[in-house]
Amino acid sequence: MIRQLDLILLIFIVICAIAAINIKDLMSAVIILGAYGFFMCLLWTEMGAVDVAFTEASVGAGIGTVLFIAAINKTSRRSKD
Amino acid sequence: MLEYILAKYNYWIYVVLMMIGLYAMMGKRNLVKKLIGMNIFQTSIILFFVSMGVKKGGATVPILMGDSHGHGEQLIQVADYLNPLPHVLMLTAIVVSIATTGVALATLILIYKRYHTLEEDEILAIRKEASAYKTLGT
Repeated sequence: MIRQLDLILLIFIVICAIAAINIKDLMSAVIILGAYGFFMCLLWTEMGAVDVAFTEASVGAGIGTVLFIAAINKTSRRSKD
Repeated sequence: MLEYILAKYNYWIYVVLMMIGLYAMMGKRNLVKKLIGMNIFQTSIILFFVSMGVKKGGATVPILMGDSHGHGEQLIQVADYLNPLPHVLMLTAIVVSIATTGVALATLILIYKRYHTLEEDEILAIRKEASAYKTLGT
């Protein structure tokens, strides 16, 4: 566990989370949520939880983003807040 | 006191992420935004469990070093390996979270087909109007 890398990744994660809930365009918000998931993967790999990291990369960030994009294509892309 | 706070910085960031997710679930009106907040909430709990399994001082991934038949010279020290139990529990949590997201998105598509909007206040206004018409009719 390297402390500096850990802190930098945690700051990126918090920035991505705040950006994902504040952007009005839903497609951009979902893509930023995917970036948040991949930053989380990097953090877990760095903590030594390799199995959790690759499950999150394939299932959480990968399939989750695809499902979100499919649902947004079927519904509306704009959001009021 | 400050040292005590800084030593557990992972846990503090996890609390911050959890509050961001909770705010998005309660404060945002768009239903997709609520779902994004729920995802952030779940990931923060997984981060908490994974950081409970971390050990300081050169502990590595729990793969057994040395002779595979168990009669190697060196003793297996618990302090040399990370705790794998939270990792295994969180694998299940990730799969369950993607399943709940899928069901929620399917429900969102059904809601959009019926009300043609995904904003919570607009849906509530449409429902209120419909129930007012119903009481007026009878």
